[in-house]
Amino acid sequence: MYHKEKSIQMKSSASALYNNLSVLRIAPRSLTYFTVVHANMVNMVSASWDGLNYSHRQLQSKEANVATSSSLIMQAAWCVLPSRDILVLTSQKGIQMYESDGSIMVYWHALDTPETQTAQAVFARGIAAVREKYICVGISSGSMLVFDVPIKGSNITLSEVLEEHKESITDLASECSGSQECIADMVSADDSGNLCVWKSGEDFQLLNKIPGFQMSCSSVKLWKGTVVAGYGTGQIRLYEAVTGIVHAEVNAHARWIYSLDIAPFSGLLLSAAEDSLVRVWHLTMTPETNSVEIVHMYNECVTDTQICGAKFCDGDGYAFAVTGYDLSEIIRYTQV
Amino acid sequence: MSSRTLPLLFINLGGEMLYILDQRLRAQNIPVDKAKKVMNDIITTMFNKKFLEELFKPQELYSKKALRTVFDRLAHASIMRLNQASMDKLYDLMTMAFKYQVLLCPRAKDILLVSFNHMDAIKDFVKDTPSVLSQVDETYRQLIEMYTPLSSGEFQLIRQTLLIFFQDMHIRVSIFLKDKVQNSNGRFVLPISGPVPHGTHIPGLIRMFSCNGEEVKRLQFRNGGNYTGVLGEGSFEMFGERVIKLGTNMYSVSRPVETHMSGTSKNSAQKKSVNTAPNPLAKEELNMLARLMGGMEVQKLGNADSGFRVNLFATDEEEEEALISRPDEFSYDVIKIQATKNQQANAELAKIMGDFTEEAGEPCSSIANSKGDDLLAMMDGL
Repeated sequence: MYHKEKSIQMKSSASALYNNLSVLRIAPRSLTYFTVVHANMVNMVSASWDGLNYSHRQLQSKEANVATSSSLIMQAAWCVLPSRDILVLTSQKGIQMYESDGSIMVYWHALDTPETQTAQAVFARGIAAVREKYICVGISSGSMLVFDVPIKGSNITLSEVLEEHKESITDLASECSGSQECIADMVSADDSGNLCVWKSGEDFQLLNKIPGFQMSCSSVKLWKGTVVAGYGTGQIRLYEAVTGIVHAEVNAHARWIYSLDIAPFSGLLLSAAEDSLVRVWHLTMTPETNSVEIVHMYNECVTDTQICGAKFCDGDGYAFAVTGYDLSEIIRYTQV
Repeated sequence: MSSRTLPLLFINLGGEMLYILDQRLRAQNIPVDKAKKVMNDIITTMFNKKFLEELFKPQELYSKKALRTVFDRLAHASIMRLNQASMDKLYDLMTMAFKYQVLLCPRAKDILLVSFNHMDAIKDFVKDTPSVLSQVDETYRQLIEMYTPLSSGEFQLIRQTLLIFFQDMHIRVSIFLKDKVQNSNGRFVLPISGPVPHGTHIPGLIRMFSCNGEEVKRLQFRNGGNYTGVLGEGSFEMFGERVIKLGTNMYSVSRPVETHMSGTSKNSAQKKSVNTAPNPLAKEELNMLARLMGGMEVQKLGNADSGFRVNLFATDEEEEEALISRPDEFSYDVIKIQATKNQQANAELAKIMGDFTEEAGEPCSSIANSKGDDLLAMMDGL
């Protein structure tokens, strides 16, 4: 179904972090941006579609107060809003937001870090752009910060703090089908596998809470009202977001799942885990019976690699990219 | 990231160090009583109460430089001496072994079982010395108390923190190459066969449900691997079958402990950036280091005759050659502290730390930076 293309070399290797690859397709400039986290730095590569031009940039976690230890970055992700694309970096010290190509930092939010080190780690993780104007970020305490983003400029404000999860947030996802009919706008996941389903607005509204089973949910997606969740046990589960009804359970991987992605136009699902495997699945919705089906399409083994990021490069799922721990390349695959 | 990583890093690296030293002591035919004394002295220092208290405090991981300094000190906690080249090699082996174990752990939680494997072996090394044995037992209790309540997600955070520490290390180890667990490019083999971790199902089944929870369809898919079953749950108590074999002693007298420097990844683009921290980081680390090593009582080399040198290489010539030919990118930056001057060094360190903390209120960052430089210079000169 897919074959391997030429890999993109990075300046440094990928760290073992959940969802460690973000892809931004810029059609007007025939470019795709890739961002991958390495410890306290982010590798940004922009690749032209003709495969001839690559440019690199590295972003450090710049902290307002440099007095203490350096800050490791937990995640870097593009937030696509109608009028602008914002690159969000979440680290042990706070949240940084950059304009488009990573050249200008437009916002910095410091986390409350205690004076003396506590046993509970402090960091931000989990990033999602929600509807037209919000960027949500998760915190290790379980809280989620909702930022209101103006059409342009740096007047980004903290609009709300959502306190629902009790365990560290692992991932956030917003409804990606583009449909305005979906009631649920966002899903949040935490280290105990609990999922919260939200409706956005001036005040975010909790629509549903789907209990976990004491196993971390490391990656989550929301598509056409269906939550797709990947767990540390290697299982993938599909739920109806607003009711919590389980549509499907898949014994998908032999190790911890690190990344999920959905191609919204085709319903293709990508899953990747520490077991070296990337799998492609297909989701079909049958509104009449309110059922969701998932079938397995394809396997790709990235030999001797613990995969930490896998994303489709386009809305149809024609191509996808993969990163692995200790690997300094972004491996790409396209459909035959 | 996780502030609970250091104890596991230290105990597992320490355990590997003991396996290797034990092998070398036997391979070099060091008299049994001397060998036993070396092992006892090192283990006593490793599990010193004050030292462990510092170790178990919530804190970020040390840099590679700082940790290497701690192990240099530990390796010299007895009458045994190691030359620079041997110490480098020892550290290479220790770190690659633990990196391998962390990477291959079926579940993140199994890192604790790996730690218990090391602890079980350490306990065996000192089984005839009740005083040390009780220290080891106390450490078991601390490990159990601190780690058994942690969730899977918290263990994965610890694992991720460790993997960042080991990032980009691809030193080839002879024993790993021979056993085919490491490739010639220095990367470890990750099999897609064998048993799946406890709590995971063998991949291949899709179950679909109706709205009222009834299973309506089952599909099988090819998983692309060769998985054979599920691992049993190991024991997380002081005694018991650990099930996981990672962390057990893989050396014996007949298996050599070689590493290969040449041919390892020459990609200089992969310079570890975590180490190129600004001065403020180094100062905070020196603080932590001073507190940690303050608890480490290092043997003063009294009678020169009782000391002896252990060589990690087959001959003295090989050891010398290894020192000269070690590529720059593999040199460990060590804060040199002479073992024989340890009490003086401690006093010096303490004084320096005291001086520094008095000045901590200084607003001007340029002064702070030069202070840091002075500190580092003093450390290197000690």
